[in-house]
Formats: sequence, C-alpha cells, structure tokens
Amino acid sequence: MIQFTSKGIYCIPGKFYLEPWQPVDLAIITHGHADHARPGMKKYLCHHFTVGILKSRIGPDIQVEGLAYNQSIHINGVKISLHPAGHIIGSAQIRMEYKGKVTVFTGDYKLQDDGLSTPFEPVKCHELITESTFGLPIYRWESVEMQNQRLNAWIMHNQGYKKTSVFIGYSLGKSQRILNAVKDMGEIYVHYSIAKLNIAYSDAGINLPSYQIIDPTTDMKHLDGKIVLLPPALLDTQLLQKIPHVAYAICSGWMQIRGARRWRSADAGFAISDHADWNGLLQAVKESGAEKVYVTHGQTASFSKYLNEIGVEAEEVNTNYGEELSV
Amino acid sequence: MIEFATLVNALDSTNKASLKKEAIIRFLTFAPEKDKLWFLALMTGKRPRRPISTKELKTWVLEITNIPEWLFVECYAAVGDLSETLALLLPPASEKINKSLSEWMEDILQLANASMAEKKAFVLTSWNRLNTIERFIFNKLLGGSFRLGVSSKGLINTIATHFQIEPSIVTHSIMGEWNSHDYAFDKLVRGEYSNTNLSKPYPFCLAYPIEKEVEELGLIAEWQCEYKWDGIRGQLIKRGDEIFIWSRGEELVTIQFPEITDALKKWKGSFVLDGEILAAKDGQILNFNELQKRINRKLISKTLREEVPIVVYLYDLLELDGKDLRSESLQNRRKLLEQLYQHNVGPTILLSPLISCENWADLRILQLASRELNSEGIMLKKKDSIYYVGRKKGGWWKWKVNPMTIDAVLIYAQKGSGRRSAHYTDYTFAVKDGDHLVSIAKAYSGLTDKEILEVSRYIRQNALEKFGPVRTVKPELVFEIAFEGIGYSKRHKSGVALRFPRILRWRRDKKAADIDTLENIKKLIT
Repeated sequence: MIQFTSKGIYCIPGKFYLEPWQPVDLAIITHGHADHARPGMKKYLCHHFTVGILKSRIGPDIQVEGLAYNQSIHINGVKISLHPAGHIIGSAQIRMEYKGKVTVFTGDYKLQDDGLSTPFEPVKCHELITESTFGLPIYRWESVEMQNQRLNAWIMHNQGYKKTSVFIGYSLGKSQRILNAVKDMGEIYVHYSIAKLNIAYSDAGINLPSYQIIDPTTDMKHLDGKIVLLPPALLDTQLLQKIPHVAYAICSGWMQIRGARRWRSADAGFAISDHADWNGLLQAVKESGAEKVYVTHGQTASFSKYLNEIGVEAEEVNTNYGEELSV
Repeated sequence: MIEFATLVNALDSTNKASLKKEAIIRFLTFAPEKDKLWFLALMTGKRPRRPISTKELKTWVLEITNIPEWLFVECYAAVGDLSETLALLLPPASEKINKSLSEWMEDILQLANASMAEKKAFVLTSWNRLNTIERFIFNKLLGGSFRLGVSSKGLINTIATHFQIEPSIVTHSIMGEWNSHDYAFDKLVRGEYSNTNLSKPYPFCLAYPIEKEVEELGLIAEWQCEYKWDGIRGQLIKRGDEIFIWSRGEELVTIQFPEITDALKKWKGSFVLDGEILAAKDGQILNFNELQKRINRKLISKTLREEVPIVVYLYDLLELDGKDLRSESLQNRRKLLEQLYQHNVGPTILLSPLISCENWADLRILQLASRELNSEGIMLKKKDSIYYVGRKKGGWWKWKVNPMTIDAVLIYAQKGSGRRSAHYTDYTFAVKDGDHLVSIAKAYSGLTDKEILEVSRYIRQNALEKFGPVRTVKPELVFEIAFEGIGYSKRHKSGVALRFPRILRWRRDKKAADIDTLENIKKLIT
C-alpha cells in the first residue's frame, strides 16, 4: 500500500502523499511542525486544530481541509482516519485501510499526557510507520508532574537570586506546555512568534494562562525578574543578552545528556520532550500489533535493529523529517 | 551527598568562571570537613585505586537492563561518558539513601579487600538507592577521570581567594601526600603541614609564548637564552639523602628513571633542581618519540635503558641546603647551579647550555635552526627574574619554531566526550600514499563550535556505516594540520608519528586531490 519515494511517503492506491517534502497534489499532514508540513502542496488534509497552524505558517490562501479524530473519509477506495498522537495540539496518526490491510503512520508522538494535546491512542495495524527521535534506552522521561515541579523549583531558585527565568523551547507545543506548567509562578512574557501559535490553542478551546507579548524592538528592562518564553532561534542572538539578570533554561529531550547541556552551556537544561522516550516507542510498537515496522527518523538504525532482535520485523527508511532538532 | 551533587550540577550548568567560583565557595562553606578534603583529593588527581573495573560495572548494567551489548555501545557513543551512560540506563531507584561524600569514599576504600560478590552486592544496592545524578557521581567515585568543568588550578585559585592566601601556598601545600583522616582542610590548604614532607616539590615556573618581536624585549644582554627542550619537565629533589623526581603533571616518576636516581645519589648536598628529562645518545638529543618508549612503564628493562638512555638538562636551582632560592634572581640562581654542578660533574645530569649571542638577529638564525637539534625553539628568561609560581607574563618567554603543517583529508570521525558528546569532534586524517590513503594523525581541537556543527552534519550525511562509535567518512573535507615534531614510528601504519597534531584550519578551498603525500611528509624528519 505504501511506497517510500524521493518526494515523500506515497499511498499507492490512494494516490496521495503523507507529509511529502516536495510539492504534490494531496498531502496528509500529521501536525504543524515545519519539517512535517511543508509549503507548495495543492491541497492539505489534517486535523481541525492543525488547519489554523498551517495557514499561519504556510500562508492564509492554502487549500486545507480539517478532519476530527476518528472521523473517516475515503480517497480512491482507501479509508482514512486520524487518531491522537499526543505530540502537540492537533497532532494525529494517520490510519489507512485498503482491502482489509491497515497501515498507520505515527508522525511524531509521545505517550505522556502533557495536559494540552489530546492524549496518544494506540491504533491496531498490520504495518506501522514510526519515528525514533529518542530511540535509545538512555532516554527515559520523568513524569510530567516531576518535570513541572523542576521548572517551578528552578523559577523559585532564580527568584531568590533576583534573576529572570527564561525558557527556550519550540514555539509550537513546547512553549504552551511550559506556559501551562509555570502559570502560578509569576508574570509571564512570551515572544510574539510563540503568541502567534497560542491562538491555535485558544481557537481549539484550550485555555492558556494569561501572558504578555514581548516586543523585541523595545527595551527589555521591564522583564527583570519575570518569566520569559523564547523560541530556540533566539538562543544565540542579542535578545537574550538584553534581558536583565538572565538565567536561561533549554527544554528539550536532548537535555537528558550532560554533554548536550554543557555544549549549550545554558544555566539549566530540562529533559522535557514531546517525543516518545525509548519505553514509549517500544510500547507504541507493541500496542499497534504491527507485523512490520518502518522507522522514519531519529535513531533509525539502532531502533530497527533492536526491533528485529526482539522479533518485530523492522526496516529503516530515509525521510527528511527531524531536521528541526538541533538544539 | 546533597552538597556535592548540588556542586556538580552547578559546575555543569555554567561556563562562567564567576558562577563556578560561587558554587565552589558555597560547597566549601557548607560541606562537612571530610567531604571538602575528599573533593580536593578527587579534583587534584589523588584518588584511591579503582576497586572495580568499568568492564564489571558495564556487565552488571547489561544484566540488570537486559539490553544487548551493541546497543550499550551505541548509547555510550551518544552520551560520551561511561559513568553517565550507566546511570541513565539503570532503572529508577526504588529506595533512598543519604550518605556524605566521605562516607561513600570510605565505603569505596573498603571495597579494595572485598570479594567480587561483595563488591557487586555493594554496587547494585547503591545503584538502587540513588537518583540519576547521584548515580553518575557514585560511578565517577568508583573510578575513572573526574572532570567537573573546573581545573585543579581553577579550584586552587578559588580556595586561595576564599582563604585570602597566595595560590602558590595552596598549590605547594596540597602537593605530595595527605589523607582525609589526619588532616584538617583549612590547615592543609594554609600550608600548616607543609614542612613535614621531604618530597614536596615547588610549583613550576612556566613561560608564555612570546607575542611580539624579540627585538621589542630590549637589550639581549638582559636575557638568558637557552634551547627549549622537548622532553619531560621535571623537578629533581634530594633532601636528607632521599630522592624524588616529579613531573610537571605533579606525578612522582622517580622509579621510571633509575639512571637519574643513581646519578643523584652521587651528588653531594641537599637541593631542588628544575630540568628537562630527555632521551639522548652520543651527545645528541633524540626525537621525543624515543622518550615516549620510557613513559608509563612499570618495569624499565636493561635493554630499554640501553636503547633509550636518559639524560637531564638542568635549567634552574630552586632550593639549596634547605634554603628556598626562588626569590633570588635568575642570574644568581644560575651561578649557584653552575657551582653545584662543578662539584658533581657526571654523564647523566648536565647543564642546559646557555646560548650567547651579541644581538637578536644572530639569535633568530639559531632559533630557526633549533629543530635540527630536536629542540622546539628558544627560551628567553630575564636575568633578574625570580622563579615565579605558574605562568606569569614578562619574566620568561618561550619562542617556539613555527609548527610544521600538512594538508590532510578527514577519513574517520568519532563523537567526543563530555560536552562534545553530541557532535563528531574527534577526527582522523589521512594523506596520500601512492593510490591509497593512509591515516596520519588524530586531532581533537582547532575548530570553532560552529565549524564542528557543520562538520558533524557532513559526517551524519556521509557516514559509510551506521554502527559502532567510529564513522568512516567519504574523504572530501580537507584540513590543514599543524604539529610540533615528527618521527619514525613502528606503532603507526603510516610509519610516522606526529607530535601535538591539531587542526589549524578547514581548507574549504582544497579538494582531496590536493592533500600531501606520505613521501613528502617523511622528508620533514630530521
């Protein structure tokens, strides 16, 4: 049913692509991150919550259709439905059924409930196409409560030293998670690129805590001692240095490793990820009941080799996902 | 271990020297006495012998986690630190414990005499009581290098500021042997135990590389000029008929150079000498590669002694008959050194000859030719300079010959360790040998963080295999490699070994076809 082509993952009978990286007629999108939703497609199909994100990121005039979770449609005889992936708001696994055979494409996902995205639901299938960003057993996340406690404790520590707590995380998904986690700790300021995406959350009926928007063209003195959220692109820029008494923390799964924390020499690194950890990936594969697993990005070689060793037929495939993860 | 874990975490989280200092002082203020002594011992390389090999630790983790060995290797490559890899792989602890750093170290010392079963039980129980960062520290305490983002020199300076004493006093006081039972931290660092130990060396006086033209140093007559020898800088101590040889790395290397000890036995008097340990035959200093054969050997055989004979070239006299001469002028010290030598002439311990030149231009000619004597260049020491502690600008300068350079192509890459573990930072380079490539050097430094990211990306996209720590890379990226010396070597496939190779720059303008040939490189050997 599926063919891995140079344009992207192609559904042969359905004649559509899953998250292609080159322009095609019809692209089904799992979520709104830039490496998964690229410009230039004639038509996009995605979850309702992702529609606004695509329009905001790619352009207001794109042709895009939204689906609800578990709602099915048919394209050229292939039954298609979207299922919660728990990665960010609107993130979906794509289920395709043709002549009794079921293939599921996970996109990015996590099993932890972050309190904002619709929690991951396992989907039974014959073939599973999965990510493996953190596909090594050194990656094991702490519980969301524990992660949130650590963020709050760090803010408290900074407040004790009269420092400004700056969090660096992806503007879509991670930032809203942080915003939600630190809501009771003080006045929150977010960079406008994050604020722009917060709208996708409020449009979906999710209440985010109140925040103020930073205008980077003005002076930053008023941020002193407050809580600030910035996207990773601003890490090595002047903006960070303009904030008075800054202490900054990077929130990313990569921060699990001491070397990665020290490389960035941030004041703190929190291993908070919107991707599944090692046990999460294994659990997802098991619960899907898949006979065959394709591994698209991340630790593809190690994860597929391990799956083969534990009796799950697996193969790595080359895709263009995952390039965003350089923090 | 809370104070210590907090300190480790704080040192990890910043590269600002001021914040590191703050964290260390906080530790020195709040930590128990014995913990401070242990911290100092660990950070200055005075640690007990490793009671358990890392191989055993790894085997136990594989047993507990049930992961295959190849996967462990992949994890280790991603983490870049064995203690941390073990800590991350183990399942979460089910119990808790709070022992101080010194209590852990006492336990670990006890293990030396324990059976393997007892060792295993101790380690497994401990792992199950510690969280990830504590486990990481515990694994570090068991053995291995202990790098915490602060050098021993940085620590000494911090202690000195905290106690308002001279760094040299701290350096001197903590050299040699002491333990956490019979010593008090404050008294130790203040030097109150210092005179009890005959072996105690002085901190070495070091030179900065000269940044300006030598002509700007003024009159050549005010400077003592001598060759910069490329061996092991050492301090030779004879006090009360006991002999000690210290290397610059603060290691006692006495037993590795029996011929020096034999020669010193015949010397009269009590003294501390500064000099260079060198391999030499028939009055010729040999290539450093020869001396390398004598380093880190447990047994020095007669054959080896004959194959690589050792001499010492003396630079300085730091103590004579119990009197510290370091605040005397170099001119006076040299005079005293020559007198001492005149009473003790022999074939093994010699004076490093002085170079007398009328003017800087003549010295320049000698400097350029210094490599022919297997010297690295020239040392310029102000005749009225005292023997400083460590590196101090103005008194001593090293004027090294320019490094040799070659163009080589990147063929293998490996992830670094520590903060470099996320990227490919350790490279192997090759040059042409006929139609083939032959590896010529490994280098770990010289690129900026930005370049490392770029090279890492190239390696990820152009790696020819996927497993194991080493990536074979398509030979396309050309780098200029600088090195200080070159010699024949049987241990290297190319037949040559480079000394201190490092990346000078990335030659984006060059292609693999433009790299050097082995044949030409061999012509550089003197």
